[in-house]
Amino acid sequence: MDQQDITQAPAPASRKPRLPPTALFNTLSRAGILYPFIILFIVLSVWSGPFFTKVNLLDILDQQSSTLIIAAAGTLVLVAGGIDLSVGAVYALAGVTAAHLALFASPTVAIVAGIAVGLGVGLVNGVIVTAFRINALIATLAMSFVVSGLASLVTGGNLVIDYSRPGFADLARSSFLTVNTSTWTMLAVVVALAVVLGRTTAGRYIYASGSNAEAARLSGVRVQLIKTVTFVLSGGAAALGGVIDASRVLSAQASNGETTLTFTVLAGIVVGGTSILGGEGAMWRTVIGVLFIALIGNGFDLLGLNPLYEQIALGGILLLAVGADAWSRLRQT
Amino acid sequence: MPQPPGTHVELVDVSKSFGGVRALDEVSLKIGRGSIHALVGENGAGKSTLGKIISGVLTPDRGQLLVEGEPVTFHSPREAITKGIVLIAQELSVVPALSVAENVFLGTEPQKAGFVARRALRRKYAELAATAGFQLAGDLRGRALRTADQQKVEILRALGRNAGLIVMDEPTAALSRPDAERLHEVIRHLAAGGTTVVLVSHFLREVAELADEVTILRDGHLIRTAPAAQETVGTMLSAMLGRSLGTAFPARRPVTPQAKVVLEARDLSAPGVHEVSLEVKEGEIVGLAGLVGSGRTELARALCQAQRITAGTVTMAGGQLARASRSALIPGRRSTPRTALKAGLAMIPESRKEQGLLFGRPIGENVSLASLGRLSELGLVRRGKERNAVANVLSQVGVKVPAQSAPVATLSGGNQQKALFARLLLAGPRVLVADEPTRGVDVGAKRAIYDLLTELAAEGLGILFISEDTEEILGLAHRVLVMRGGRIAAELSGDDMTEAAILGAAFGAAERGA
Repeated sequence: MDQQDITQAPAPASRKPRLPPTALFNTLSRAGILYPFIILFIVLSVWSGPFFTKVNLLDILDQQSSTLIIAAAGTLVLVAGGIDLSVGAVYALAGVTAAHLALFASPTVAIVAGIAVGLGVGLVNGVIVTAFRINALIATLAMSFVVSGLASLVTGGNLVIDYSRPGFADLARSSFLTVNTSTWTMLAVVVALAVVLGRTTAGRYIYASGSNAEAARLSGVRVQLIKTVTFVLSGGAAALGGVIDASRVLSAQASNGETTLTFTVLAGIVVGGTSILGGEGAMWRTVIGVLFIALIGNGFDLLGLNPLYEQIALGGILLLAVGADAWSRLRQT
Repeated sequence: MPQPPGTHVELVDVSKSFGGVRALDEVSLKIGRGSIHALVGENGAGKSTLGKIISGVLTPDRGQLLVEGEPVTFHSPREAITKGIVLIAQELSVVPALSVAENVFLGTEPQKAGFVARRALRRKYAELAATAGFQLAGDLRGRALRTADQQKVEILRALGRNAGLIVMDEPTAALSRPDAERLHEVIRHLAAGGTTVVLVSHFLREVAELADEVTILRDGHLIRTAPAAQETVGTMLSAMLGRSLGTAFPARRPVTPQAKVVLEARDLSAPGVHEVSLEVKEGEIVGLAGLVGSGRTELARALCQAQRITAGTVTMAGGQLARASRSALIPGRRSTPRTALKAGLAMIPESRKEQGLLFGRPIGENVSLASLGRLSELGLVRRGKERNAVANVLSQVGVKVPAQSAPVATLSGGNQQKALFARLLLAGPRVLVADEPTRGVDVGAKRAIYDLLTELAAEGLGILFISEDTEEILGLAHRVLVMRGGRIAAELSGDDMTEAAILGAAFGAAERGA
């Protein structure tokens, strides 16, 4: 009897009129990470007095500015079906390049050169992945070693200190309307890349390339060009992050960033709900994902919890996020 | 060859349908022990389905399968293997990193305390190879094997599992002539040793030479089972001809004599395509027929620049689209699907899932993908304009969608295909190459696609219509090209367009050799 009930159960459900899949309904049902983020935000606001203050919130944003810049460009790479593991190394190389040049050149030259180095590494990544058809994971992993080595060559293994050149600090430390320029830069980059991904033809081609490269190619999309551009943007963004952070502390060393940064960025993107398989994702997801991870860290600090548990919690959340993505894909097909 | 004693496998009134399409209709037949039994028929006649039912890959909807006179119901190939029945599919499954011997005993390796007993493995392999009469070194890696040797591995694997009956689906399709001959020897040797072989094959000459008995299928119906000695290529072909059900086709509008040529290929060669020349006029539907593997899809991809061409030219009415460069080092302007689309040549690819649609993306994005340049300003997509254009073209192809933002995967197969048509029509092509546009869609959607193709032709589009369904081609095309072995084997028009002529050319009845 029980078994009969089970087999007949779906019938009445399918007779019910289904909700029309409107845009709003789709967005809400797939908002995923937004709900835990809001809950965590409220919990922290209630439990911790200093949390919901302008200083603390702006502080979080400012601390996360380079991570958010890199993750915003990384989202484009992931949506286009790639992955960039070299961002940590590029962040370091750009930081030491700019810090080194700032010692004897104008801050503008130093900043531009730092970012140019990142764009160059991104271009190399893109060409290796598209023209030589080497798996993006391996190609950018290999490049991260090369780039780390270059960063050590630039510094000779030393810390580059720019205390004598305070002008270099203007990039990150100036403030406008009581908010640091690094935060403004981050906002500008995130909004610009969100527009690219969400509103432009290039954004559509990025989704198409990641969703089904062959279908996109047959529809006239220059898939290789699109993928290359995403790597160039990712390299440039990693460099901008590195330069901003070097400017903030007026120093840089080759061991900055490295793998921790790479994986924090990746974790933020994936926790937000952008799929590592490509073709799906959104910029707001990345912003929420990165901030969610930042809130966990901030919460551990403010509540005085053992920071060792922070990493364990982070790992668990990452697994849940990837699991949810895999599960939703399973149901789709 | 002595007639084998007794029946090995018997099918009684077996039927099988796929989504409303009847692939097999009350087929009954007996397969004698130790015989070579061939299953022949046109594309879609049901021969592969029959092979899969015997080997447990498919379970029949109705009817009975008897092995050694005992009724059985297989739910998986695994259950069939326990009865000694093994299928060797067209796609071979040799693990590249393992040796031949390891491949043969994959999953049944002799073991000692959880480790593979290597010496025992070598000995068992040598015994097996000797029984089968094969010369194939057991320590070769799978990746080093040619297709013909991979097939031997599959056969040994089957024998290693004590297979009494081996179903081979198109075993010689991917083989060169001498390799095919050698495989024939192997098959004869197997049968002489008492193994029953069921051979699914397109090659009628091969069947006539090799088989003891032949079963001819048409449209899912059994035409007859007869000793191969009583059949010739001609008698088999004529039995395969003719269709029972008459799908209604829309009325064909004649091509005006002054219609211009819009697509022209000269001596076009590409992987799988040899020196093909063809023309398509505006308003004309040219049917492209041929067996599976005859080069139809390869030709479509070469025309639309999805595959690099190695020789010849492709020309659109506006000017040359592509020509093979003389030197590999100094390529000319590289043509891509993008340049083809810009020149007005659009393709509905063979597989809408793998090459056509962005499955996780919304319907609207899927439809507008090839026309975004026109629907945007300064790189920004004009979303209102896009929505209107998509709505218009969707209504033109006859798809009602709940919302353009719904994922394209939520549409039915037929509507997915129409959404793909919509994408390409929105791009404003002058020539449409449609590769199997009716595959996997239901009867109603088929009719809608026929109507659409006819309408588009009436509006002046040139259409190259590829299908493995001969009736479909005859019902729609003004002119038919038949491919065989990567070449155009025949061009038929007017009263010459008959099923017999198409099949004759496709099977190479007029040629000598296999």
